[in-house]
Amino acid sequence: MSTTAVAHAHAGHPPTTTGLDHRKIAIWAFIGSECMLFASLISTYLIYKGRSVTGPFPHEWWCRATKATSAAGPIAGCPAGELFKPILNIPVTSQSTFVLLMSSLAMVLALAAVENNDKPGWAGPGWGGRLLESSKLWLLTTAILGAGFLCYQAYEFTSFIHEGLTIKTNLFGSSFFTLTGFHGAHVTAGVLWLLTLLAIDIKRGLGPRDALLVDISALYWHFVDVVWIAIFTLVYLIR
Amino acid sequence: MAHEPAHHGAPETVASAEAHVAGGEVHEHPTWHTYKWVALILTVITIVEVWVYYIPAFVASRIFVPALLTMSAVKFVIVVMFYMHLKYDHKLFRALFTGPLIIAMTTIIALMFLFAKLVIRTG
Amino acid sequence: MATTAAVPTYSGTSEHAETGLWSWLTTVDHKRIAALYLGTSLFWFLIGGIEATIIRAQLAFPNGKVVSAQVFNELFTMHGTTMIFLVVMPLSAAFFNLLIPLQIGARDVAFPRLNAFSYWVYLFGSIFLNVSWFIGSAPDGGWFGYTPLTTLAYSKNLNIDFWVLGLQILGVSSLAAGFNFITTIVNMRAPGMYFMRMPIFTWMAFIVQFLIVLAFPVITIALIFLQFDRFFGTNFYEIAQGGDPLLWQHLFWIFGHPEVYILILPAFGLVSEVLPTFSRKPLFGYPVMVYSGMLIAFLGFGVWAHHMFAVGMGPIADTVFGVTTMLIAIPTGVKIFNWIFTMWGGVLRFTTAMKFAITLVALFTVGGISGVMHASPPADLQQTDTYFIVAHFHYVLVAGSMMGLFAGVYYYFPKFTGRLLDETLGNWHFWLFFIGVNLTFFPMHFSGLYGMPRRIYRYDAGQGWELFNLLSSIGVAFQAVGTIIGFWNFWRSSKVGAIAGADPWGAPTLEWSIPSPPPDYNFATIPTVTSRYPLWDVKSPALTADVPPGVVDRGRGRTPPTIRIPTARELGIPMPNPSIKPLFAALFMTLMFASLIAIHKDKVQLAVALVIVFAGALTASLYAWLLTPLEDEH
Repeated sequence: MSTTAVAHAHAGHPPTTTGLDHRKIAIWAFIGSECMLFASLISTYLIYKGRSVTGPFPHEWWCRATKATSAAGPIAGCPAGELFKPILNIPVTSQSTFVLLMSSLAMVLALAAVENNDKPGWAGPGWGGRLLESSKLWLLTTAILGAGFLCYQAYEFTSFIHEGLTIKTNLFGSSFFTLTGFHGAHVTAGVLWLLTLLAIDIKRGLGPRDALLVDISALYWHFVDVVWIAIFTLVYLIR
Repeated sequence: MAHEPAHHGAPETVASAEAHVAGGEVHEHPTWHTYKWVALILTVITIVEVWVYYIPAFVASRIFVPALLTMSAVKFVIVVMFYMHLKYDHKLFRALFTGPLIIAMTTIIALMFLFAKLVIRTG
Repeated sequence: MATTAAVPTYSGTSEHAETGLWSWLTTVDHKRIAALYLGTSLFWFLIGGIEATIIRAQLAFPNGKVVSAQVFNELFTMHGTTMIFLVVMPLSAAFFNLLIPLQIGARDVAFPRLNAFSYWVYLFGSIFLNVSWFIGSAPDGGWFGYTPLTTLAYSKNLNIDFWVLGLQILGVSSLAAGFNFITTIVNMRAPGMYFMRMPIFTWMAFIVQFLIVLAFPVITIALIFLQFDRFFGTNFYEIAQGGDPLLWQHLFWIFGHPEVYILILPAFGLVSEVLPTFSRKPLFGYPVMVYSGMLIAFLGFGVWAHHMFAVGMGPIADTVFGVTTMLIAIPTGVKIFNWIFTMWGGVLRFTTAMKFAITLVALFTVGGISGVMHASPPADLQQTDTYFIVAHFHYVLVAGSMMGLFAGVYYYFPKFTGRLLDETLGNWHFWLFFIGVNLTFFPMHFSGLYGMPRRIYRYDAGQGWELFNLLSSIGVAFQAVGTIIGFWNFWRSSKVGAIAGADPWGAPTLEWSIPSPPPDYNFATIPTVTSRYPLWDVKSPALTADVPPGVVDRGRGRTPPTIRIPTARELGIPMPNPSIKPLFAALFMTLMFASLIAIHKDKVQLAVALVIVFAGALTASLYAWLLTPLEDEH
């Protein structure tokens, strides 16, 4: 083997064993780990469901004076001002769920735009194609929808506190705020991540060689979304 | 395992080579139309979920919980398959996700049994 | 890739690129990080050992008066926490760091700076945990921290806060390392290094990383609940509010049982390297070793409640967990038999490493069998919370994990330092430690069956426990002297030990094909692997041609032969730049967690301010880290 050949063999990095990027394997391992994190939180919520000794309750009407609860509707004979509605606000949370689902759509479009950034016109003719080609637009949209979800959550948390449910009030409050708070913290980290990518995109433009950066953030973002799909059903809808 | 000859030079080269590999997959990735349909299905299922929540007879029925769990499982699976590209991506990623997911779900179910939460509703 | 490139002839040390404090603070080299892990964990082994010695001094005679009940509680809590989280796990991590890249033919781990971050988090977390001694509030709730004992109602001081926050910090270190090593093993194997050709140590390390990344999130959440209960008044473990202390026990053991395998599988891996080398035979039943490791890990997630038979979970749960626990004995027993058959008919060489390894095989079996005993719920009800249990887990952890890790230290010390450990001192270390371990822990089976409960700080005479306790305490003296001799050996041999060649033992795996200590780039040419034992493989002469057989130079204290090994720059190998940023990120993260202590002192605003400041500093250092490329552009 000639000297130059040796030098060449030494230069640079050997290709990865699987041909995949390290970071993508790491993010999937991380997502696997997060499954166990949310499994612990969700288990705790479900174990403590219906074990709170005081109200407010997620799905039941309750009467402070008589300590009676009812899943069916208002409790007869409860003094005025002592009767409380179930605390979960399904219409509002349905909207925030929709917002988060749509953010996932925006995220896949952002990734597609970045991956095809070197092929002008890939998304077809007309204004629709031009819209689909804008990675900045879709990154921004995803971040805004994520921030919108957080606004819904902030509204939900403050209204619960006004209605007398804090993290200290009962088991429902403790497990609910911790579970959804953890999810919200993940969304917050995701929004920061997306804004960072957007800043890089504005500064120097993201192209196919950066696709992996967007890909791993997208995987994280969709994972946070599927966790919410589970939470929405298990916490909000199932009584 | 195809090993290309060693890359010459900087990590930049490697990165772009890998991006190129990823670029090769792009053609297999779904297009805007797939993404649009997935979003539509997600929206429709969510609407159905919320709608049945407001039907007292359905809520009281035995299929309420299984129906909701199924609907949310469908949403979960299509996001993972299409938006997270697990349907198209390397099978290693599938293993890295489904393995832990199975352990996580089994743990939840075992805990539900241990805390007597998993009981079959009889009317 | 052609591998016939001339492997440089080497023996002796590589050219040290840099030494000095700054180079250690900024290092991202997996071998240096391994050395840091090794040194730090051995230091904590001494501290944990001192704690154990005081415990045994207190219990040597009835009505001991060495320490108070409170100090005794702190001692056994910190002894357990230290030995598990600050000794066995990081000592295993030292070997993960050193060996995974070397065994798979890689130049570093996948994320070198994340690797440095893991170490610094471990270091700062361990210091934070032990600072509690100096302010008189060392954790005192047992290493398992059962609620409600650890809730604010029963533990008003800072003790448990240090424990909770310390474990959170250490968990970050393990998780970060876990993702790093998974990626490294999947993605950085040399050409031809198929999964089923990986050395067993790397296999066990791979399995352990999955255990870590799946088990640690659960303890993280359990600790967050406890932390929130203590700091913010939530109700997770408040019985009056309907909370259930059993939730803690379940979550803790969902983590805690996989943790047991996190502690033992690396030692199993090391022994699986040592036994073939010194038996001059390939490992018996390699695929079965791999599959049994996987099976142990998988079943390890389904046995946790066997730690909780005494709480009365009902016949069905007891049966299920009893059966799964007994099932796990099958893959474990298979491993024991494979090791025995590896030695069977081999050309055995009884080096110190080999003695430690054989001891693991023998004594782990003792601990394993007592484990099968309390897999049976009725038997467990008799044994639970007695010294019988203490005997069991010390047989698997000290006579198992520590023996295996010491085997690894003796075996791999030449690869770390380029020098061999002294065999005479090693023999003293081994025999004294061996006698000490058995003398300490075997009598505990009897004191336990005679009814002596765990965690009592004194006992009355006349219950038949005196002799066994005295024997246990004498045993600790043997262990202590043995350990001191061993540490003296480590220190002295690292200065004046005999120079080891690349392959002093005639070992079969890839790490022995490169100089000791390896140059920063490890492999001048990434090797192509054609078998499980490339250095024993007549079909790969390229890898073995330049490896001198056996020890190059037995002379003590000689300076290593100065055969120059080319630097990475000369070979044109891009190396990651040193970076101080992981250290800063780790420091700010530790300080962020530590600031929460102020909440307990009713200085909530101060705590919030500090957390915000340190979280900001952490974020800034993370951005600085992530936006700096790992390497210079070429």
